[in-house]
Amino acid sequence: MTPSFERSSAGTTPSSQGPGAAAGPARDRAPKFSAAARTALADTRQRANLAAATAALRARRAAATAEADDWERLREAGRAIKDLTLLNLDAYLEELEGAVTAAGGTVHWAADAAEAGRIITRLVRDTGETEVLKVRSAVAQEIGLDEALRRAGIVPRDTGLAELIVGLEPGDRPSHMLYPAMHRNRAQVRELFARELPGAPADLPDDPEILAETARARLRERMLPAKVAICGANFLVAETGTAVLVESEGNGRMCLTLPDTLITVAGLEKTVPTWADLEVFLQLLPRAAAGERMTAATSTWTGVTPGDGPSAFHLVLVDNGRTSALADEAGRAALRCIRCSACLDVCPVYERTGGHPYGPVHPGPIGAVLTPLTRGVESAADASLPYASTLCGACADVCPVKIDIPDLLVRLRGRVVESRRRRPVPTPELAMMRTLAWTLGDRRRYEVALRRGTRWARLLSRGGRIRRLPGLLGRWTDARDVPAPPAQSFRAWWESRPGRPGGRR
Amino acid sequence: MRVALFVACFNDALFPGTGRAVTALLERLGHEVVFPADQTCCGQMHWTTGYHREAAGLARGFTEAFGGGDVIVTPSASCAATVRHAYPRIAEAAGDPGLADTARDLAVYELAEFLVDVLGVTDVGASFPHRVAYHPTCHSLRSLALGDRPLRLLRQVKGLELVELPAAGECCGFGGSFAMKNADVSVAMVADKVRHIRETSADVVCAVDNSCLAHIGGALSRLRGGVRVAHLAEILAGTEAT
Repeated sequence: MTPSFERSSAGTTPSSQGPGAAAGPARDRAPKFSAAARTALADTRQRANLAAATAALRARRAAATAEADDWERLREAGRAIKDLTLLNLDAYLEELEGAVTAAGGTVHWAADAAEAGRIITRLVRDTGETEVLKVRSAVAQEIGLDEALRRAGIVPRDTGLAELIVGLEPGDRPSHMLYPAMHRNRAQVRELFARELPGAPADLPDDPEILAETARARLRERMLPAKVAICGANFLVAETGTAVLVESEGNGRMCLTLPDTLITVAGLEKTVPTWADLEVFLQLLPRAAAGERMTAATSTWTGVTPGDGPSAFHLVLVDNGRTSALADEAGRAALRCIRCSACLDVCPVYERTGGHPYGPVHPGPIGAVLTPLTRGVESAADASLPYASTLCGACADVCPVKIDIPDLLVRLRGRVVESRRRRPVPTPELAMMRTLAWTLGDRRRYEVALRRGTRWARLLSRGGRIRRLPGLLGRWTDARDVPAPPAQSFRAWWESRPGRPGGRR
Repeated sequence: MRVALFVACFNDALFPGTGRAVTALLERLGHEVVFPADQTCCGQMHWTTGYHREAAGLARGFTEAFGGGDVIVTPSASCAATVRHAYPRIAEAAGDPGLADTARDLAVYELAEFLVDVLGVTDVGASFPHRVAYHPTCHSLRSLALGDRPLRLLRQVKGLELVELPAAGECCGFGGSFAMKNADVSVAMVADKVRHIRETSADVVCAVDNSCLAHIGGALSRLRGGVRVAHLAEILAGTEAT
């Protein structure tokens, strides 16, 4: 049995020294989830876009998983393979490095975001180029790669349709792992293209095919002359040193084949031992991610092949908090994640807030786990994420690798509270929860509090309901009444029963 | 059968009628109900909010109060789920294997589960001549996997018209401390739940957790929604005589 989540992590990953805190977007002044969510909830057009898109995805996913007879066995296999791989990750990473090297590639190890940025900018500089093509990658976003490249005078060029959309509007950012522009509808995209894309006609229609074609023409211009490309990977097969990318647009495949130098950046946890293991995930991912039997483009590449594709291949393996997260059971469970985004689409919170309130990197329920897990919980923004869930469990039901997200959120909440206990001055919530536990910890104290509380609440009530509660409790009565407690509690009624059959023991 | 009633602190204070209904129902079915008076709170709120040390203390108190060996029945799916699924985790977090062992021996059932699985009844002789929409709460649906047990009980109630609630399985937005910490999202969620409820033209919304019903009912009350909430126990306790 592993030690408890809080104790095993104490002192190993506080965000002040945690690997994730070294670089990447600053979170100290970032708003808490609740504050950012309030802004998002007020955007009625975004609410409608998200509701429509998530509903469509839920239906598609339900159909695609229902038709796979062995879906539950596939999920179980996915969970088991990931668990075994993560438990023996050191050995598989060595095997992966050996295989990549034997195939003519070079493996680089990055302990944190800053080191990953340094390695990649150096690799680009060594080619003499000042522009790089990019295929969307969650880890690139996590390590703040665009910022690192720009600081080094290198211009990153995104190649995805959604990145183009999000990049055209100043201040906009991706809101979903797979569909970063999910928060925008086609009318908004049409308006954006007509206004911002050079050469787009003013009478551009909002037909998705024509919009995609307009974007494609623009993106192809970027891709054709490129000498260096940076991409992520969904899986890394240790036995052959093969990287795997699953995508729907085909921009990834162009980036993999056109440039002279290919840099693949991936988290350590992307490793799978063998191609037989990969087979399980290539069935799980498309169905869970998009409700598809197979994704349009699945690319695999192994080192370099003379005369075919890039002549130099670099694999940058990023730790950035993963090794310490792997030290306990909960961290290993979270790192099973294959970034399918199914948990986002079924989450009733995400459906209403979109991805932005979760911070800059990992949106949705799994983001509320991964961000505090790798960055720690010292900042108010990071500490608010484990609480951005009703623990309804819809996410755990659909997760293709069976991550019990509500359980991980509760464990992370424990980590937040433990970190607050270490502060010299107790938070008001800590004081209140301690007092409450003390009161509930003894029948006599509980009964006194019950009587007093009932009297107090009945004084506040009118017509059988309470319309306004003081202090923090006012957050409830902002929009909801509270029923006035009846004068007689259940236990008072029980005591008053004639004869009290089987009463006090 | 002798049944130890775990009423849940929330019901004790705010919804004593639910506890009275469980008592009336089980006694009508010929069972003896006892109320271990040392019971307070199962520790759910402390556990899910992250106060795991305090939750361990309350869990120990619960196992002591209900250590008599009787079958435990509670009209709260989330409290039943806490004892069944969270206690082993609470014990692990507290490094208290003794607590895990004691908790494993507790036979705790949510009311609908107890009626259908243990007693094997779906027709409890109830009468409730109203149009009712059933909201499956998250803990009852996904944690305890009650399935259609509550519906099977409701379908046998005389005079009751059961109407289908659209998007029934979607969370109402309560979520314990979520309702306070993320009040805006919580309210956005209950607004949709209330909209679906009103689409059904139901007179009554029924569920097996009064905490969720306090949230839904609180919103309906604020909006003067004209729909009231009732715990399953209160519907099942009703007879033509009452």
